[in-house]
Amino acid sequence: METLPPMALPSTARSRAPWTRAVSNVLYRHGTLYLLLLLTPPILWFGVVYLGSLLALLVQSFYTFDDFTMGVTPEFTWANYRALLDAANHDIILRTVGMAAAVTVASALVGFPVAYYMARYATGWRKGFFYIAVMLPMWASYIVKAYSWTVILSKGGIVYWLVERLYLLPALEWVLALPVVGGSSLSTSNLGRFLVFTYVWMPFMILPIQAAIERVPGNLLQAAADLGARPAQSFRTVLLPLAFPGVVAGSIFTFSLTLGDYIIPQLVGPPGLFIGNMVYTMQGSIGNMPMAASFTVVPIVIIGLYLTLARRLGAFDAL
Amino acid sequence: MRSDARRDDGPKAPVWLRVLAYGGLVFLHFPILMVGLYAFNTEESAFSFPLKGFTLRWFQAAAEREDVLAAIKLSLQVSLASTAVALVLGSLLAGALYRRRFFGKEALNLMVILPIALPGIITGIALLSAFRLAEVSPNFWTIAVGHATFCVVMVYNNVVARLRRMPHSLLEASADLGADGLQTFRHVALPQMATALLAGGILAFALSFDELIVTTFTAGSEKTLPIWLLDQLGRPRDVPITNVVAVWVMLITAVPILVAWRLTRGTEDVAGSSR
Repeated sequence: METLPPMALPSTARSRAPWTRAVSNVLYRHGTLYLLLLLTPPILWFGVVYLGSLLALLVQSFYTFDDFTMGVTPEFTWANYRALLDAANHDIILRTVGMAAAVTVASALVGFPVAYYMARYATGWRKGFFYIAVMLPMWASYIVKAYSWTVILSKGGIVYWLVERLYLLPALEWVLALPVVGGSSLSTSNLGRFLVFTYVWMPFMILPIQAAIERVPGNLLQAAADLGARPAQSFRTVLLPLAFPGVVAGSIFTFSLTLGDYIIPQLVGPPGLFIGNMVYTMQGSIGNMPMAASFTVVPIVIIGLYLTLARRLGAFDAL
Repeated sequence: MRSDARRDDGPKAPVWLRVLAYGGLVFLHFPILMVGLYAFNTEESAFSFPLKGFTLRWFQAAAEREDVLAAIKLSLQVSLASTAVALVLGSLLAGALYRRRFFGKEALNLMVILPIALPGIITGIALLSAFRLAEVSPNFWTIAVGHATFCVVMVYNNVVARLRRMPHSLLEASADLGADGLQTFRHVALPQMATALLAGGILAFALSFDELIVTTFTAGSEKTLPIWLLDQLGRPRDVPITNVVAVWVMLITAVPILVAWRLTRGTEDVAGSSR
């Protein structure tokens, strides 16, 4: 209570101009008015700037783009959405969603042990250490992290150097020769792109899982042990189901962030486009805002479905 | 009331778990360490490993680059402006949402999260399309408006969490002692919220300072630091400068983040919440 100077309050109360008291009283009695005053600026901001923009985008996705004049006219058409089903565009969507799913699963698999150790075993200074050690890379600059991997994965870089020293070059070449995964070198393969994505988004998975595990009461696990469950059993039947909302919460980030990214696909991996690159190219180089807009509707719909599902699984309580 | 003491006599982690956990940390830090290492590399162009030698001269070279300094300055200005907006909007929202139930509360909650839950490219292109419709050409303020929109959630989250832990009886006691709403806010609520506001502001600042994807759409020809870095990636001649700037960027965000962490740590118990 040391923040409260008890003697100071009454005296300042007496010396205060009466109008502030009058205003305070009105606001206190009319709760709705008070609420409206608080909410008006944020609602205006989000309503006008954010939702307004999203709406503008949605409307433009129905505009007509003329291939010959390269101009946009406000005539409504379904052509942009029909074009999404073209084989080439279809491929882009599948490629992006597939990568997002793979990155999400990998982040959960790699991140879970870290989160589990942080929540259940790290104590004292170790707990703080782990928390900072996950948080700093999470907040570290996105572009620097992406850049660092272009350095690491390039031919002559440290990974190739290490692989050569360990005489594993044939193994790496074998992996890179595989379809889908491979490519001419690590930095131009889907494997490389997948590595970078997993690296960049993994902290967003670790922290929600850690929070979820931390909230599982220890005595539940003790009870499971008392009832004769082996550690693996109580992990599988008690801890994992209770921690799962944390995994789903983390997956919202890993999935959504991969779905919309266009920088990493541009820096690392094979030539095939992602949704984000398509949006960027359509808008920037071609000036086809309607097609770019209809492309962005795809991740909006996917994320919308995903959020609905996540809500059912209780992920929002774990955020 | 920290739980650390109790857990100290808890079970020790099995070796395989410790290996996986520390392995994960190594994975998270290795690339960052590599960038730090390359910043001292004597060789000018390639990424080749092992490094050729140690030098500090790129740090000096980078400090003399006008374009780098201009980008840093712009980024700082944008971050400050968007943090200021986020602080105001975020704390208003937190004040409105932390206790009351009303129609549309869920929708408001979602609206705050949406700008970071939806991929950045959507926010970016939506803003760009709206600016074009409104015939606003990209400038400093279009960048800041975009940043503020997704920074609000940082302030909101921090402040609302703090307010929820603050017992309402404190505010009632203040009213009983004769303070009006403004005085209660000034002398009771604000001191309790102060570190949460600061931490939220720092996180908003860090988020804005580093944002790239939304910025590429709203920046026009302006170059924030992340955009400058992105532009450099195709230029072999500037590699050493790029490495140095990368290290700077890391430091500029790491320090505030550590401060924010210190500020929110150990605030599980807000003063007065024990009764």
